[in-house]
Amino acid sequence: MFEIFGIPSGALFGQLLIGLINGSFYALLSLGLAVIFGMLNIINFSHGAQYMMGAFAAYLMLKYSGLGYWPALIIAPLVVGATGVLIERLFLQWLYKLDHLYGLLLTFGLALIIEGVARNQLGSAGLPYVVPDALRGGQNLGFMFLPNYRAWVIFASLTICIATWFVIERTRLGAYLRAATENPTLVRAFGINVPVMITLTYGFGVALAAFAGVMAAPIYNVSPQMGSELIIVVFAVVVIGGMGSILGAIVTGFGLGIVEGLTKVFFPEASNTVIFVIMAIVLLVRPAGLFGRRA
Amino acid sequence: MKKTLGLAAVAAMLACGAAHAQQVNVKIGVLSDMSSLYADIGGPGSVAAAKLAIADFTKDHPNVKVEMISGDHQNKPDVGSNIANQWYDVDKVDMIIDVPNSGVALAVSQVAATKNKLFIVSGAAASDLTGPKCNADTIHWTYDTWMLSNGTATAMVKTGGDSWFFLTADYAFGHALERDAGAVVEKNGGKVVGKVRVPLNTNDFSSFLLQAQSSKAKVIGLANAGGDTINSIKQAAEFGIVKGGQKLAGLLVFASDVNALGLPTAQGLSLTETWYWDMNDTNRAWTKRWQTERNAAGKYPTMIHAGVYAGILHYLKARVALGGDPDGKTVAEKMKATPTDDILFGKGEIRVDGRKIHPAYLFEVKKPEESKYPGDFYTLKATIPANEAWRPLAEDNCPLVKG
Repeated sequence: MFEIFGIPSGALFGQLLIGLINGSFYALLSLGLAVIFGMLNIINFSHGAQYMMGAFAAYLMLKYSGLGYWPALIIAPLVVGATGVLIERLFLQWLYKLDHLYGLLLTFGLALIIEGVARNQLGSAGLPYVVPDALRGGQNLGFMFLPNYRAWVIFASLTICIATWFVIERTRLGAYLRAATENPTLVRAFGINVPVMITLTYGFGVALAAFAGVMAAPIYNVSPQMGSELIIVVFAVVVIGGMGSILGAIVTGFGLGIVEGLTKVFFPEASNTVIFVIMAIVLLVRPAGLFGRRA
Repeated sequence: MKKTLGLAAVAAMLACGAAHAQQVNVKIGVLSDMSSLYADIGGPGSVAAAKLAIADFTKDHPNVKVEMISGDHQNKPDVGSNIANQWYDVDKVDMIIDVPNSGVALAVSQVAATKNKLFIVSGAAASDLTGPKCNADTIHWTYDTWMLSNGTATAMVKTGGDSWFFLTADYAFGHALERDAGAVVEKNGGKVVGKVRVPLNTNDFSSFLLQAQSSKAKVIGLANAGGDTINSIKQAAEFGIVKGGQKLAGLLVFASDVNALGLPTAQGLSLTETWYWDMNDTNRAWTKRWQTERNAAGKYPTMIHAGVYAGILHYLKARVALGGDPDGKTVAEKMKATPTDDILFGKGEIRVDGRKIHPAYLFEVKKPEESKYPGDFYTLKATIPANEAWRPLAEDNCPLVKG
């Protein structure tokens, strides 16, 4: 075991691995945000609340119908995604032609309402949710003990991120979607149902948030404010990666998770703020973000 | 001429008023965290407890009129002191009570001292409030970091946990708890082998738990509260910390935290509290009233809520004895001169440094199979008598303690 900057190498690798795990949460959440902003030009401030809804849906499913973690992973995103579709049809579709600020304000208001209702109904201390049996325990890697559940988080997150990126950037459906955001009128002229695509895209972004919420339920405290604590960081991730870029969100999510992990080792008091410091620097040097393409 | 007549009329009316049974008008402000991580241990529950206290007192004292308002300090000292300033100056609030979050409490305590109005702390823990930062307008009820450390840390060191690693919430409360618990560990022959400061409201403790694991300390002291404690304990279970032989010391754990963790995860935790809803019939009866007032049958009151109830009762007693409209220092002195006696904390007193004295209890969280009904969380392990549970006056460093 050698030492790097005074930290034993084993401990450092452990922290890097944990940073990677946190990064996968950031990547999943910022992916949903990037999809919604990149495709719809809506700054979805209710993303954190929808993440929280996913976790709460998993808890409620377990409590009232005995459905465990694995069904919840599929059902919760579908249910929360459906509410997203509802929000888009009722509110967001009127805002596309307006300034970004209106979308931000509306979704921010929605986030406050959702959080307030959750706090009223279920309290703020949090609710119990345990790791599913199949993923209990862990592996002793020598330099650290890796819980099986955390390994699953990295795997699931990477899979979803790569699959989403592939669909949007490399398939015909993704091409239609990208074209529809650039020039909706022309794409409609080709007979493609643009409004439905847009609605479903918002629903998909929201479903991604809810999926991250279900994944978080066993390891993070399921409380009404779990989303608001995370959403600010996720926004910073999206801004650094480039507001419209899917790849940027994924790469930056994982990258910043690792940076944050290293900060926790060398200067833990700053671990909350290091991401914003990086965001400030990136915005000064490359205002469009690391992978952004808008001027 | 008209003005003089008017003034004379008012003076006459006031004189008449004084001749009646002493009408005492009181305005109380319940300042708490209504929307964030401490909302369950304080928050709307404190407001409910305050309502019960006011109802119980005014039933026996019809000449007392009490108005209550409540506010949300959002865990931000600047928001808290702004509200305190506004309440004391503009809204004519006589007394502010509760304030979980030691950072906010320290700020509000300074505001109270400047305005010479009373501040009763039930929610916050930092023992500095009756230590170097004490003042004549602040009373510290319910609990503090010294008593928590003395209870839990002493018990754990005596049973073999002689090396400690602290996970500390990086603000006034966490620092105070870490300092007081570290002192107790060393006084009892143990050693503090390391510590890490974690920002408040952190979601993920895995990195810090890893550092604690590699320190090989026998005990990991959690110098945090609320959501932070819940996350630390939940994730410690994930990383096999307890299975690996290290013990967790929850230095500040409430029943609502145990509820959020669930007994399978929380079982075996040692903790110190000064009031538990299930300890006797009086507490149980009060709990039912609180649940009805709060409209939450599934929630249980914490010691902070009990402190708000008892603190208001003792304050109103002092106000009736003094009459009129006294300033904060006068009421505080009256409260310290009068022995306390209420249904929740029993007989006790308030010391010259503002510290309220009552017994402390060491509890252990039950195993799931030992819990017979919802809310049945704790087994009582030991009672620490009131004269041993709190930091001695001589060690206070409080300017109010002379000689």
